[in-house]
Amino acid sequence: MQRVEQYAIEMLNITKRFPGIIANDHITLQLKKGEIHALLGENGAGKSTLMSVLFGLYQPEEGEIRKDGQQVQINNPNDANDLGIGMVHQHFKLVECFSVLDNIILGVETTKGGFLKKDEARKKVAALSEKYGLLVDPDALVEDITVGMQQRTEILKMLYRNNQILIFDEPTAVLTPQETKELISIMKNLAAEGKSILFITHKLAEIMQAADRCSVLRKGKYIETVDIKDSTPGKLSAMMVGRDVNFTVDKKRCRPQAVVLDVKGMTVASKRRKDNAVNNVSFQVRRGEIVCIAGIDGNGQTELVYGLSGLEPLKEGTITMNGADITHMPIRKRLISGMSHIPEDRHKHGLVLDYSLEDNIVLQRYFEPQFTNKMGFLRRKEIRKYANRLIEQYDVRSGQGAVTKTRSMSGGNQQKAVIAREIDKNPKLLIAVQPTRGLDVGAIEYIHKQLVAERDAGKGILLVSLELDEVMDVSDRILVMYEGEIVGEFEPDKVTAEELGLYMSGSKRKEKGVDE
Amino acid sequence: MNKGSKKVNFLRNSGFQTVTASLICIVLGLLVGYVVLLIINPKGAAEAIAAILKNYLYYPSPTAVMKYLGTTLVKASALLMCSLSVLFAYKAGLFNIGAAGQYVVGAGAALYFGLKLHMPWYVCIVAAAAAAAVTGGISGALKAYFNVNEVISCIMLNWISLYCVNMLLTRAKEQSAPYTRPLSSVNKGALIPTFGLDKIFANNGFVTIGVPLAIMTAFAVWVVLEKTKFGFELKATGMNKHAAQYCGMRYRRNIILTMMTAGSLAGLGAGIFYLSGIEQWMVQQTSVPAMGFNGIAAAFLGGLNPIGTVFSSYFIQHITSGGSYVDKTIYCAQISDLISAFIIYCCGLVLFFKIRLNRWLDDKERHAAKTQKGGGA
Repeated sequence: MQRVEQYAIEMLNITKRFPGIIANDHITLQLKKGEIHALLGENGAGKSTLMSVLFGLYQPEEGEIRKDGQQVQINNPNDANDLGIGMVHQHFKLVECFSVLDNIILGVETTKGGFLKKDEARKKVAALSEKYGLLVDPDALVEDITVGMQQRTEILKMLYRNNQILIFDEPTAVLTPQETKELISIMKNLAAEGKSILFITHKLAEIMQAADRCSVLRKGKYIETVDIKDSTPGKLSAMMVGRDVNFTVDKKRCRPQAVVLDVKGMTVASKRRKDNAVNNVSFQVRRGEIVCIAGIDGNGQTELVYGLSGLEPLKEGTITMNGADITHMPIRKRLISGMSHIPEDRHKHGLVLDYSLEDNIVLQRYFEPQFTNKMGFLRRKEIRKYANRLIEQYDVRSGQGAVTKTRSMSGGNQQKAVIAREIDKNPKLLIAVQPTRGLDVGAIEYIHKQLVAERDAGKGILLVSLELDEVMDVSDRILVMYEGEIVGEFEPDKVTAEELGLYMSGSKRKEKGVDE
Repeated sequence: MNKGSKKVNFLRNSGFQTVTASLICIVLGLLVGYVVLLIINPKGAAEAIAAILKNYLYYPSPTAVMKYLGTTLVKASALLMCSLSVLFAYKAGLFNIGAAGQYVVGAGAALYFGLKLHMPWYVCIVAAAAAAAVTGGISGALKAYFNVNEVISCIMLNWISLYCVNMLLTRAKEQSAPYTRPLSSVNKGALIPTFGLDKIFANNGFVTIGVPLAIMTAFAVWVVLEKTKFGFELKATGMNKHAAQYCGMRYRRNIILTMMTAGSLAGLGAGIFYLSGIEQWMVQQTSVPAMGFNGIAAAFLGGLNPIGTVFSSYFIQHITSGGSYVDKTIYCAQISDLISAFIIYCCGLVLFFKIRLNRWLDDKERHAAKTQKGGGA
């Protein structure tokens, strides 16, 4: 068994159990020196748990961790740091009101007699940033710089600490396509310098571009490690989901019927700025069609939906749903008269996280006679029955079923619960705002299918999405929003993603196509 | 699965955990109190702790025991109402530190209606609850419309309430003393009827139907919070007002209603207490009665369960009353309050112990899983 140690870090047969669930079931992950190794898996597959084990946040029940062939004990994150393991978290761990340089040296400051000696640090950071092409302004405050630069700061933080094993947790989720390209070339540079990189993601295209090998987890189990050069995206996703995944959405041509939503001259004031977030917007949604609002984040989509759902008052304009004026209708009445709303932020609006799953499932209908009797008492038995039906029908997975605290569920299953609740209300108009945000391939496919099924059942669907792929795949009609206005209307088969991009970034606009 | 899991499930049971944690807190509080007594004067420490724990059992005659048990119960029922007030708001996501002020307003309204307006007891009680509900509602409205932190507005209202009530009740005070005139001489009809309860407690006329009423209220609070649409909405609003708004609940109204309900509970407690005739209001008092603040401790010691607070309120009142039996020749007069304060302070640690217990169980489970697997391999 004597051979040259080729692995920088090895996690062998790691098992970690939580009450009611085995998060990691004998998982093995071997990271070679100088490779980019992708870790692929759906939400809840056990990726985060495995990383927490590596950082000593959890102790595994079984298995061992080896560094350079030597067994090591990692009891807390400090141990991991000492072993040269660094991580860029999905949500950056930076002090917003500190400068880039301060953030990089935080925790490993060089001092003399209690005073900071920043000059040396500055030189070292400058050298590192030049060597790897990590462009940052060391004196800028973190709160003022772009997300891409914040990420580079995080990478410099790891390099400054001379970490040899670099972990990237979903690093591209927050980046633009250009920034993603840059990041991948930086990762390749680092690997060429001998650093070992673990790249956690569920975006297959990026794995194909960046990684040398890929390990796949599914439902807490280790599936396989494959060489990327011998693999295809289709194979990888089949391993991840356990079946073949359909990348394009199957759907028949849409047959729009009567108008279900008619918005005229809608104007919504902005909370942050003085001008309007939504400015004189008019459009219609018909039954049996999926209308998609495309655009870059922050161009008034959120406020548009707030106006439609009644969370924010309109400054001007009218909203008509099924022929009835709902402009000033209270939220509850809108919901009863046939509107369903899958909110953008499921934690803020969609769920009461400390309620049980069943309570969240009836959150929109608990007041109906079938769930509340005339005396104002809840019919708990009926609620349980209804919740169990939806949990089964929509395959919502949780530790303890209907009584599970919603907070403890995975993001994908939380979203499924919201979608089950909103669709099962049998709405006439379904407003879905980024319904697949942060979800994996399997869940996205499922949700797209549900949306198309609802459309085919004769419902009007307004989809707000930031993902161009989703916009192109799912919608029957595309409205592009830019700075609070609709700047173009398209049919998905008559426009390219690049063309849409031009409208989304404001470089082009159509005066026609916006009905007055 | 295996045999051990049943035991673990029992240990995981939230009710069991609460009771255990509460008992640990009580023992810890007594220990700390004992150590303090030892430091001050080791001679009488053991007797002093015994006296606090014995309370009315100090009396040799069964008649006296029953009589003072009655008195403790009357005070405990007022405390129970205050802790229910804190609990109700807490379950709906608000921290009602204003129970003390609402209690004061309730006392003011009850006594004013009884002494000045010569109303019967049931009107006085309703007035107490209503006035306190308005007080709570002010904090609720400030929170709902202007996002003013309820803790701040409650604390300020506590003092405003105290001085307003002092002013109001000065009109109903005795000529030569700073106390309100006794209800028994001014308006007997304002005294809550006893329905024979006084007979059980050795003719202690202060034991009224207020005592069972308070216990029934605890049950009612539980039902409202757990079983009704009203409770469902208030809790949802408290836990996530954005979600409440999203699904069409009137979240502003719900915040106000929560504080009004909490206020009315505290006010009801004051009504039950002062309309029993057990105490007169001292119109020159410069500190808010401790009842409302002890309610916070009682709510936590009771594991934030309405039925649990019945027992925790009784216990806290028991040691508070017991404090007066400490030998004043050895210790100064304040010692009884000090020791009860230590015990009440430790009562706040219930949640801490619950978390520790769960962690310990996690460790054990992990260990068990390890050995089980190891044996099998």
